[in-house]
Amino acid sequence: MPNRSFFWFFFPAGLAMILFIGLPIISTGIQSFYAQHDQILIEVKKCDPFGCKTSVVVDQEATSKIKEEKPLGKFNGFGTYIDRNHLASDQVSEFWSESKSVGEFIGKVGNLPFYKALVFTLTYCVIVTPCVLLLGFIIALSLNAISRKIRGPLIFGTILPMIVTPLVGSLVLFWMIDAEGIIGANLQILMDDPYLSVKSSKALTWITIIIYGVWHHSPFAFVVFYAALQTVPQEPLEASIIDGASRFQRVKHIVLPHIYPVVTFVALISLMDNFRVFEPIIGFSAEGSAQSLSWLIYDNLVNEEVILFGSAAATSIMTIVGISIILTPVLLRTWKEFRTNR
Amino acid sequence: MDFGLDKKSNSLKTFNTIFIVIWLLLACFPFIWTFWGSFKVRADFFSRADWWYAITAFNTLIETGARFTKEAYSGAWFEGEFWKASRNTVIVTISVVSISLFLGTLGAYALSRSTKNYAFWILIIALIFRAMPHITLVSGYLFPFFQLQIWGILPTTIVVLVAINQPFTLWLLYSFFKTVPKELDESALIDGCSYFQAFRHIIMPVMWPGVITAGLFSLMLAYNDFTVTALLLNQENHTMVPKIQSYLGTNQHEGNLMWAVSAVVSATAPLFLLVMFFQRQVISGLTAGAIKG
Repeated sequence: MPNRSFFWFFFPAGLAMILFIGLPIISTGIQSFYAQHDQILIEVKKCDPFGCKTSVVVDQEATSKIKEEKPLGKFNGFGTYIDRNHLASDQVSEFWSESKSVGEFIGKVGNLPFYKALVFTLTYCVIVTPCVLLLGFIIALSLNAISRKIRGPLIFGTILPMIVTPLVGSLVLFWMIDAEGIIGANLQILMDDPYLSVKSSKALTWITIIIYGVWHHSPFAFVVFYAALQTVPQEPLEASIIDGASRFQRVKHIVLPHIYPVVTFVALISLMDNFRVFEPIIGFSAEGSAQSLSWLIYDNLVNEEVILFGSAAATSIMTIVGISIILTPVLLRTWKEFRTNR
Repeated sequence: MDFGLDKKSNSLKTFNTIFIVIWLLLACFPFIWTFWGSFKVRADFFSRADWWYAITAFNTLIETGARFTKEAYSGAWFEGEFWKASRNTVIVTISVVSISLFLGTLGAYALSRSTKNYAFWILIIALIFRAMPHITLVSGYLFPFFQLQIWGILPTTIVVLVAINQPFTLWLLYSFFKTVPKELDESALIDGCSYFQAFRHIIMPVMWPGVITAGLFSLMLAYNDFTVTALLLNQENHTMVPKIQSYLGTNQHEGNLMWAVSAVVSATAPLFLLVMFFQRQVISGLTAGAIKG
């Protein structure tokens, strides 16, 4: 296709992507170097019959004036990146010199907001992704062995958790496992502990969110694996049966190698999706004990007093860095395939 | 894997059936339970005393005189103005689907028919854009949108969702157009058609299977979106998902929890029906990227 026609065909889609994906990333980058203005304080002398007092108050007029002049805030350089709510370089080095053991140091650093969120996000990714692959694969194998006639409705039932939005999915589960829900209430009776509640314990909250993650993402892995299983060649399988291979051996030596490229694809896609976890935290109202990187950004943006653009932007940029690290193998793979295809 | 040679043992068959039944219970029961509970009063669905109340409708009988009540629905839809939210969702969804399909088909067709290097790089950039967490993009939008005073209104959200949706639509339709033989439109070009005419008369009639799949995914994205709609729309213009969140209240014990339950059911039902009818397309779309690479 000549460049000219290509340009006109692609122009609308390209423009939309540049304006609303490319520019926002740049805008986030710029915002991350600015912080909101400090309030301008003035000393006011107040005299009454008992004497004079000076008190410090906020000069509303000057504050709003400077806000209007420089709406982006004051230039802060990398200040936001290294403050207490982000990389916290001062605190980390302080903890390093204070702490007697590495364990103590890690414990202290893990309590800083950014690292806390990072630890949760990584834990979530590292546990949920393999579980999703495994469960998705088992469901695919097992549905594949069931009669073709009833597979349609079974597949529909299987993909339900995936098609609802994460907020709704987590709410539906939360209403069941909460202290007043069907599972939560019965657990209390079973464990004989009337105060047992998902919200009250950090470990339980984490486990719940992780279970939710597996529940929500497995259907995606299932669908892809199921489709891949349909393309497994029959002859080698039949040959292996004649040779006396067990069911497990057949899966291990014939099915798995055949669908291996798909496994890496699913792993990377779900790793990327899991890295941006945040809606379940809202759905499970688990802000207290579980925070993720995306949730930190959300929290900055819905801040009631003043929206912390700079802080949200700095976390965003660091999230983007994290995503790019995960993304690199995907890009390399696509690049290789594209080269071999032409 | 139905092999003539493969004799399955009965125990394996039973085990397999049990596993599938358990998984389906896990996958579907929460939705069935929520659906059932949405017709009860709060004291039954969230009952500390006895969860059996939710089934026997003990409190619902006392409070309303019947086993099932539509109280939660009428509360959410009229008092809670869920009708407004669902109207907004319909507007947003229809606009996003039609605009992003229009842009996506043109763009993906061009990408699939171009042999130049830049087409490849555009696809790579689209892949990078697709991986960006939406919340990081939103943190980039908010400030400029406040400055331009286009925050809070539906058109802004529609355009943003179209843009966020483009990378995926482009990839999906790109791999679809690759399966449409080049000879079709090339012969039209030789006969003297322009590229637009070839697209209009030759490609458009055969592109519907791919377009339906891409449309379904745009629809699910627009319909399900929480991040963009919650942060870019004002209260008045909220769509269904942020509206559900607003019913939750900050504290579990205030707010209108039953409204949220009935709203969840109302928002989920159309989606389930849609997927039931278009299951094949949804699955082909999900696997398009993986199988073809």
